[in-house]
Amino acid sequence: MTKRLVVDPSWCKGCGICAEFCPKKVLKIVKEKVTVVNPDDCIKCGLCELRCPDYAIYIEEVRDEE
Amino acid sequence: MASELITKYMREEHLPHIWCPGCGHGILMRDVAQAVKNLGIDQEKVCLVSGIGCASRAAGYMDFQTMHTTHGRAIAFATGVKMARPDLEVIVIAGDGDCAAIGGNHLIHAARRNIGITVIVFNNDIYGMTGGQYSPTTPTGEFGTTAPYGNIDRPFDIAVLAAAAGASYVAKGTAYHATQTIKLIENGIKHKGFALIDCAGICATYYGRKNKKGSAVDMMKFQRDNTITVEQAKSLPREEREGKFILGKLVENDFPEFTDEYQKIIDRLKEGK
Repeated sequence: MTKRLVVDPSWCKGCGICAEFCPKKVLKIVKEKVTVVNPDDCIKCGLCELRCPDYAIYIEEVRDEE
Repeated sequence: MASELITKYMREEHLPHIWCPGCGHGILMRDVAQAVKNLGIDQEKVCLVSGIGCASRAAGYMDFQTMHTTHGRAIAFATGVKMARPDLEVIVIAGDGDCAAIGGNHLIHAARRNIGITVIVFNNDIYGMTGGQYSPTTPTGEFGTTAPYGNIDRPFDIAVLAAAAGASYVAKGTAYHATQTIKLIENGIKHKGFALIDCAGICATYYGRKNKKGSAVDMMKFQRDNTITVEQAKSLPREEREGKFILGKLVENDFPEFTDEYQKIIDRLKEGK
């Protein structure tokens, strides 16, 4: 299983909580929507998902292709 | 597209919710979903009851058996549900106004009876839906649309109120400390008697704006930097405890549960004793 960071901008209200508390500064609010600016730095900790009031960002587990 | 948790425990067709950007209620509602998932309870066996207010919209968004009732009466309706169907996990989501002002009497008597429902308070210290009136938990000196010169009331500590009224599980969580709050909600739901988890929310739109607390992010930071544990709170003098958010379990007792006691009477009378 690998983890993947998923963003749904249509649910994002641009409050900025995810970006502020991201320990690796992966996220930024651009034009009032969350944007992944440093995808390679993401450690998939899930703190953004835990604190997003709008469920617009989350960590998804994807099955590895055999 | 949403996460597995949201797809399973929320009514996606009603999302995104109408709460303001950065509203703590969204975070706390997710905590409730996560707690139910962690406990592995059958979703069909959970009955979520709410009253009126911003927080009470949760009953529309969450995919359980739900009842959206009248202002302040969520605990009264929940009491009825629990009496009729003690096998259900009955959860109430209420705001601070709903729970401690108009619904204050239902709260203390449900706590006194120790009926096995779990009340989760989304406590943002203000009436958000109606435009920022001060609530029974607004701290003294803070502003609201109905307190333009500062609130002269002394606030209720809902957790302490419930504990004093006889609730057998009482805890305090915050929107910022989601992991710990999920655990406290889990323990509250698992608990046999009346459980109340008073969760400090964030209302940036009304409370924040009226009191110059900055954005939702600023309010989250404030919550992070001003939270102490129950143990720390016990050792601090009152002046230093003022204005702090408290995190953790305050009370856990095994008082007799109301529906159990009621069943005992039914059983006794059936036997003709």
